[in-house]
Amino acid sequence: MSGGVDSSVVAALCARALGRDRVQALFMPERDSSDDALRLGRMVAEQLGIPTKVENIAPTLAAIGCYDRQNEAIRTVFPEYGDGWKCKISLPSILEGDRLSVFSLTVADPAGRQRRARMPAAAYLQIVAATNFKQRIRKTMEYYHADRLMYAVAGTPNLLEYDQGFFVKLGDGSADFKPIAHLYKTQVYALAEYLGVPEEIRRRPPTTDTYSLSQTQEEFFFALPYEKMDICLWGMNHKQPAADVAAALGLEAAQVERVYRDIQAKRRAAAYLHHSPILIEEQVA
Amino acid sequence: MNMTVEQQVRAFIAENFYVEVSRLGDETSLISEGIIESTGVLELIQFLESEYGIRIKDTEMVPDNLETIARIGAFVARKCSALSGCGA
Repeated sequence: MSGGVDSSVVAALCARALGRDRVQALFMPERDSSDDALRLGRMVAEQLGIPTKVENIAPTLAAIGCYDRQNEAIRTVFPEYGDGWKCKISLPSILEGDRLSVFSLTVADPAGRQRRARMPAAAYLQIVAATNFKQRIRKTMEYYHADRLMYAVAGTPNLLEYDQGFFVKLGDGSADFKPIAHLYKTQVYALAEYLGVPEEIRRRPPTTDTYSLSQTQEEFFFALPYEKMDICLWGMNHKQPAADVAAALGLEAAQVERVYRDIQAKRRAAAYLHHSPILIEEQVA
Repeated sequence: MNMTVEQQVRAFIAENFYVEVSRLGDETSLISEGIIESTGVLELIQFLESEYGIRIKDTEMVPDNLETIARIGAFVARKCSALSGCGA
């Protein structure tokens, strides 16, 4: 549980469906997690009356080289990057112009001064690969407890994340069941309200809580705030002309067309994340 | 025999992104055809900058300059003429 609306809703659904004594909440903070994550996660778990456990994964991540490998890649762009510095990765806003979707790296020195630069592909890939340890170590810990308790692991992606590949393969993308993967984010919020998820969680903007500089989901991955992304995704799935969706959202048709193209590009890039391993027999048959 | 920028870019894309050269027409949209995604754009930019000694600004990373091999060729030619000649 991350203190976000998705994992809060999944926890609430599990508690209702299975009974609160058959659900185990896990909090897995690391060095870059916000303090709010643990506080809000605990708030929901206490409200639901489900047992909780805190597993600090920072030492594991340090031992496996998550932070060092991330820093090594960042230093190829900003050689002075080190202790006390923070970083994030971001995309240009799709609304500002027809820019290609290329990630850039923002760092803040200990005094908080920010700088941004484009990365060589190798640096970008190493930063993401190192950061993915976070989701994968969490999943390892989740399956430890699932095996120990003979439980199933609940996955928390919503429809936007599941469709667009906003998850780490064999990290947060792995689970035994994914009870909200068919729900638009707007629907998750509605369900959160119905289930009594605390208002503070429902009002908080979705964050990745993955990089040391705080980062909204839209600057890292989705081109638009979720309310608008939901409508664009719905519009595209239901073959609505971009102009109609644009009118409903107060955007220009060209902007929605760019979002449609971006949705399709992300879907293509995400396809392999959903695939099972390729088997020789299937290829031969 | 000297290769044109278009030929060099086509060879780079074919080699780097595992694409058949026959799919890489001058006007093929590299993005909407799914030939290059966002990491690929970074690699392409790096290739153009190192191969031709040009510096590509963030504001120049737009489909008008980079969507097709023909546009890339024209873009590199413009950048080079602004530098009064370069590696192209």
